[in-house]
Amino acid sequence: MTETRQLLIVIPALNEAACIGEVVREVRGELPHADVLVVDDGSTDATGAIAAQAGAIVARLPFNLGVGGAMRLGYRYGRAHGYDVVVQVDADGQHDPRYVPKLLDALDDADIVIGARFAGEGDYRVRGPRRWAMAVLSMVLSWVAGTRLTDTTSGFRAANRRAIELFAEFYPVEYLGDTVETVVTACRRGLRVRQVPVAMRRRLAGTPSHSPLKATIYLGRALTVLVLALLRR
Amino acid sequence: MKLTLVTALTGLVVLLVIIELLRRRQLREKYAILWLAVSVLIIPLSLFPRLLDSVAGLLGVASGVSLVLFLGIVFLLLVCVHLSWEVSRLEEETRTIAEELALLRTEMSQTVHDTDIRAGDPT
Repeated sequence: MTETRQLLIVIPALNEAACIGEVVREVRGELPHADVLVVDDGSTDATGAIAAQAGAIVARLPFNLGVGGAMRLGYRYGRAHGYDVVVQVDADGQHDPRYVPKLLDALDDADIVIGARFAGEGDYRVRGPRRWAMAVLSMVLSWVAGTRLTDTTSGFRAANRRAIELFAEFYPVEYLGDTVETVVTACRRGLRVRQVPVAMRRRLAGTPSHSPLKATIYLGRALTVLVLALLRR
Repeated sequence: MKLTLVTALTGLVVLLVIIELLRRRQLREKYAILWLAVSVLIIPLSLFPRLLDSVAGLLGVASGVSLVLFLGIVFLLLVCVHLSWEVSRLEEETRTIAEELALLRTEMSQTVHDTDIRAGDPT
């Protein structure tokens, strides 16, 4: 089947000069029919210039807003230019663009598709409080969404027009709000959320944090965001 | 007597500062009116601290002064909550403006880019 939907790949990036060029080139190579928008979230390095050189459209924020701000900008761009599908991909290279067609296929009977780790593919592992946080989040959000969601904090997502419309207006800037609360709100508005298993790669640059203190803080914040999201109208 | 003087003077200074800020247009009226009302209420109370004793008695508070202290803390707490609310709103507004700005900037550079291509195209 030939792809007739207008596809926009949104990559929020903060100081990712080391790998943004590689990520943009790979996405464009894998998905030649898609437009790539890099949202430069107030970087102090050459992220924007390198992304533009690699062939991406670059939207530069005047100061750092956080992933939520960058993503809402991406969805606003998608809405303004009439894209049918927006796919968000992390700038650190851990999301493999070869899975994007799989996400798009799943959009046939969903409004939002999450590319999920822990769902069978790949060998991504976490331990301790971070793992508990993820377990609680996925349990509660699976219940809210009425479908099994194993990786609710994944930033690898595809959204159709209905979801673009919602996210262009509503996309929290708070840490974790951008992933957890968006799922809750989307379900509340009657959008269908599904997941497809993907394998994540190691980041091209930077290291994920593994300190137990940070993981515990993460647990607390995740639960706070979750409770607030459920309480909010 | 000394105490009365100190409290009355403090009230007066606060009142003058607010009037001066208003005069220089440094304070939005909605806040100024609030603080003016507070000073106007506080100055007579500082001159006659026993003024509220009867009201305090009705509420079971031992003295009018304690009542003022209690109400003062509650009031300040509410003011702080209000300010946090205002800051959250302002942050949301600056966020939206930043996003709109980035969007416009992108549109503009794309338009310039397109015009350049068309200008360089002989057909």
